[in-house]
Parts: sequence; structure tokens; C-alpha cells
Amino acid sequence: MPLKLHEYQSKFLFREYGIPIPQGRVASAADEAQEVAAELGGVVVVKAQVHVGGRGKAGGVKVAKDAAEARRHAENILGMDIKGLRVEKVLVDPGADIKQEIYLAITNDRGARMPLIMASMEGGMDIEELNRERPEAIIREHIDPIMGLQDYQMTFIASAMGMPRAQWRSFGKILRGLYQCYVKSDAELAEINPLVITGEGELLAVDGKVIIDDNALFRQPALTAERDTSDEPASERQAREAGITYIKLDGQIGCMVNGAGLAMTTMDMTKLYGDADGIGPANFLDIGGGATPEQVAAALRIILSDDNVKCVLFNIFGGITRCDEVANGILTAYNEVKPDAPMVIRLQGTNAAEGNRIISEAQIPNIISAETLTEAAKRAVAAVKEGA
Amino acid sequence: MSILIDKSAKVLVQGITGRQGGFHAKLMMEYGTDVVGGVTPGKGGEWFEGKPVFDTVRTAVQTTNADVSLVTVPARFAADAIMEAAHAGIRLVICLTEHIPVADMMRVVAFCQARGTRLLGPNCPGIMTPGQAKVGIIPAMVATAGNVGVVSKSGTLTYEVGFAMKNAGIGISTIVGIGGDPVIGTTFVEVLEMFENDPETEKVALLGEIGGSAEIVAADFIKNAMTKPVAAFIAGRSAPPGKRMGHAGAIVDGGEGSAEEKIQALEAAGARVAANPEEIPGLLA
Repeated sequence: MPLKLHEYQSKFLFREYGIPIPQGRVASAADEAQEVAAELGGVVVVKAQVHVGGRGKAGGVKVAKDAAEARRHAENILGMDIKGLRVEKVLVDPGADIKQEIYLAITNDRGARMPLIMASMEGGMDIEELNRERPEAIIREHIDPIMGLQDYQMTFIASAMGMPRAQWRSFGKILRGLYQCYVKSDAELAEINPLVITGEGELLAVDGKVIIDDNALFRQPALTAERDTSDEPASERQAREAGITYIKLDGQIGCMVNGAGLAMTTMDMTKLYGDADGIGPANFLDIGGGATPEQVAAALRIILSDDNVKCVLFNIFGGITRCDEVANGILTAYNEVKPDAPMVIRLQGTNAAEGNRIISEAQIPNIISAETLTEAAKRAVAAVKEGA
Repeated sequence: MSILIDKSAKVLVQGITGRQGGFHAKLMMEYGTDVVGGVTPGKGGEWFEGKPVFDTVRTAVQTTNADVSLVTVPARFAADAIMEAAHAGIRLVICLTEHIPVADMMRVVAFCQARGTRLLGPNCPGIMTPGQAKVGIIPAMVATAGNVGVVSKSGTLTYEVGFAMKNAGIGISTIVGIGGDPVIGTTFVEVLEMFENDPETEKVALLGEIGGSAEIVAADFIKNAMTKPVAAFIAGRSAPPGKRMGHAGAIVDGGEGSAEEKIQALEAAGARVAANPEEIPGLLA
């Protein structure tokens, strides 16, 4: 899963690129929050640090007029459950005198295959909502990925979005800083929302969000160390550590498939034939190419760790993956795990005949074989119905 | 005929001395692909199955007149390997490598475009013109020669559909794997246009998935510029939003890229969309 930085991590990263942020600090206990608030003096904002949108509405962001109130807010917010996630940290920021809220972000535009800057004087709100309601309020500018951001583009963006001239210079610095941050951090998204113009005419990044490209983590050791996996289900973390891509869903048919596109398709088929009876996929799982018996066993254990699973569907189309090896893997896994749930096995492609022979000779009582994907999906649905 | 490759293609394998590269180079040669050599920096002068190994793509091209290159090197070296091939004048680069950073791919795509090199992938299974040549990892058994062009974001799903077509007696002109990454060298529309212009391709099968809008752009093209019938399947109807389904590009993000919107767009464009990929042969008959 992509590496999402918390608000405080994002803003502290922005600061390294010369972007002005409020001089707040993080606290993981109410005492600590009070200390930070006392040090800052005056009005502060106590903000829950969790990877979900809408934390303000959930009561995770509170303004405090002094340190004692900041402490009370922190007591309430720390440990709070916001959309299933427990708040472990709060950011205590000095209150800002906000005259105008601006949206500014850089993201990968996959269609254009270029970085895209999005900027709007109507910041503060959710950008997807703004995009639906008033798309014309968002200025969009693509950046040549080889040449990088040019000065004339900064002028264009400031002018087109209606940035007051008095702020062009400081806005240009922030935009350049954000682009540097996006490039140097291998970000998929570097977003400031809102960037505010204060009563004194200063620009300040009051909230921020950065998502790092997982595939670039090999050259981002410092950012990798910032990963907070608390919102990742334990089963998904185990799978990630075993080199298997697994995503938990809420159906009854555990799916073990080679290849991401076929794994999605196999899920879709269980839903296509099971949806009328409330039956569907329990997970996405791609065991990858050339799966070893150990990997198959690990994958089976992960699938069966989900109590909702009533049947396991193996759909293997052998290319590089050899069906006889997978068949041996299934037997090894079966003997280790001894699942009660029936298993529907469909092996096709490279060495399929040999693979099917291995399975049938093992004479495992609750194994159901299938020739085609359609047959396999229908049999898995039927097995869940029978077991119900 | 076919698109992009036929038996005249002279193919290099970058990473031929690696486990993956060597394994697939052999299978490609067995299939009849004219593999003229390989490239592994530091191993120039060695031989692989009777083919010369070079240190650089430039020397390999000068010596062998290769015009196609298969990149099988690990992710952190792959962007450089693609650019090296484009710099050396390779016409078509096919990159199998998964997990290349998107930032690298944005620069690489621009680099290839500036040099007139077509890139397939990354994170793709390659390309196969049945009976003539294959470059990549598509198993020989999944297709026979014929008149249906296949273009797909996925590997094993493509094998599944190719195999179902073969069992139904339907042959394939060329299978093109474009890859499941967010930023790829060749998109659906470019391949559809090549199939539309290929006299030997009469029908097209398009295999898409959730994430991005390439299938929507393809639907526009089908509606406005294609005369040949298109059958399609979109994977990921049951995928939850906000989760990346294995492929780096397969994510429904902020309500964009869902299977439903793609299916609707394709149907509105006149494509026949299967709910089950094993129904594709029926839609092509």
C-alpha cells in the first residue's frame, strides 16, 4: 500500500523545502499537548493525526484558547476512534489568522503522463467536491517531467488563479518548494490544503498531505521509516511481509490466483454468480509468478485467518507458473493448515494435466475440481450455499 | 499480418544473463523469434545459447541491426535500460519489469517520445504475433494465428481469454500487453488505431481493468474512429474503492476509474462488453 504521511509529517517535510508552516509540535499524551500549548502561548488548534478524511467533523480537530483547554481537548482526542482508526498522536499548532484559504497540490497525471499542478483560491474544502461543483475554479498546469517547473508557469498559475499580486513572490517560492518536495520525495501527491493568507499577508501551509510512491521507497529510506501501518489490517501486513499481495474484503469465498488482473476477474466471477445469494469474494490475492509451495501455504494461511471464509477458490493459469508446482504447493499447504473449508481448484495452462493428476491422486475429501473459470466460480458459490 | 512485430523483428534481450531474462529468451527462440543477442553491462563478450552478449545496447545494435529490445532488468535499473535502448535507436522497447517508480516512467516516456521509440509497458507480459514471433512472457500455448487483435493491461487474464478463444477456434493477429502501471508507454488508443489500420485484423478484444481513464479514452476512439467490432472485458467490478488491486494502476480513486463507468462508456461506444471473460469468444464469433 502507498506510504501516506500524516499531516505533521507532511508539514515537517514541507518545512525542509522552505515552505512556511505553523510552529506546532506533536504530542502523544495530554500532558505533552499542554506543554506544547503553553510554550506556543495563545490560541492553539489540537488536531488528530489519522489517515482518514473528515476528522474535523468527527470531532478530531478542536480550537483551545489556552493550555488547560488544549489539555482537555487532547485527552478527548487521543485514543478516540475515527472511522475505525485509533488516534495515537495530536498536532498542537498555533492558531492562524486566516484571511483566505488556497488549495495547492502536485500529483501524477497518469493520462497525460506528466506531473500536474492544481491550484485554487477556493481552498479549505475537499478538492474532489470542488472539482465536481466548480471545476473552473481550479487552475491546472502540467509540468514537463524532464525540464521541471519553469518560472513563467509559476507566474501563469498565480495570475490565472487570482492570487493577489502582493503574494506572488512568496507564492512562487512555496510552489517551487512544493515541486522540489514532490520530486525529491518521489511523491504521488504533495498537497497543501489550505495554504492560507494571514491577516499580515503572509502565506502559511496550515494542513498538508503527502503520499509516496511505494515503488520508490528503495531510494527513500528516511521517508520509509515514517510509515505508520496502524491502519493496515494485520492480515495485509503479514501478506506484504511474505511478498504476497492480499486485500481483505467481506465475502465468503477466499481467492488464490496468479496475476493481478486474473485475481480481480476471479473475484468478479464469484460475485457475478453469488451476488443474488449474498455471496462474494473474501479477498484479493495474487501469489505472483512462479509460486513456491511455501508461498502457497503462506497465502492459504492468510486467507483462512479470515473467519468469514467458507470456501477457498484456487484459480491458476500457468504461464511461468507451473501447475504441477502449484499442485504440490496446495498439498503441502493443505497438510500444514488442514482447512475445514472446501477448496475448489482450477488449474489451467503450463503442466495443468500433471497438476490435476497430483491433486486427484491425493484424494482429499473436500477438494472440488473445475475445468474453466466459470465452472470454478459456480462451484465455489454452490459450496458456500451448501455449507450455510 | 500483424502489428508491431512479425518474424522479421531482430530482438535483443536486456538482462539476458539474468534468470528471468535467460529463461524467457530461450522460450522466445524456441517459438521462432529472431533473438539476435543480449545486453548485460560487464558481460560483453560472453555468449548465451549461441547468441552474443554485449555491454551496451549501442554496440549490440551496431553489430546485430536489432530493432526491438526486451527489458527484463530489475526495477531500479529498468528506467535506465529503456532509455539506453531508445538512445541506441531501437524502434520498439518492451519492458516486463514491475515496480518502476512512476516519476522515472514519466521522464522515460518523454525521452522515448522525443526519440521516436515506441515503448510497451512497463509491468506488461509483452507481445506475441502467433506463428511468427513473441517478445515477452506470453505462453505459446494460449493462441493460434488468426484475425482478432487482443490488447490488454493484464498478463494471466490475457492468457485466460486467449486460451478460451483458441478453444473456440478463434485465432489472434497480435496480442499486445500494455501493462498495469499508472504510467505506460503505449495506451489502449494507440494499439486500437494500429489494429484498425492492420488489414489482417478484423475484430478486436480489449481487456481493461479499474483505475485511470484509458478505457474511457479508448471508448471515445471506438465510437469516433473505429470500423472494426470490439469485444471487451473490464476486471475489478467487485473491487472496493481506494484499494490498489495488485497492479500499481488498478485503483478507483476519488470515484474515478470504476469498472461501471468504463463498461458504460464502452457499451455506449458500441463495444460488446462481457460480464465473464470466457464469454469473449462468443462475442467475437
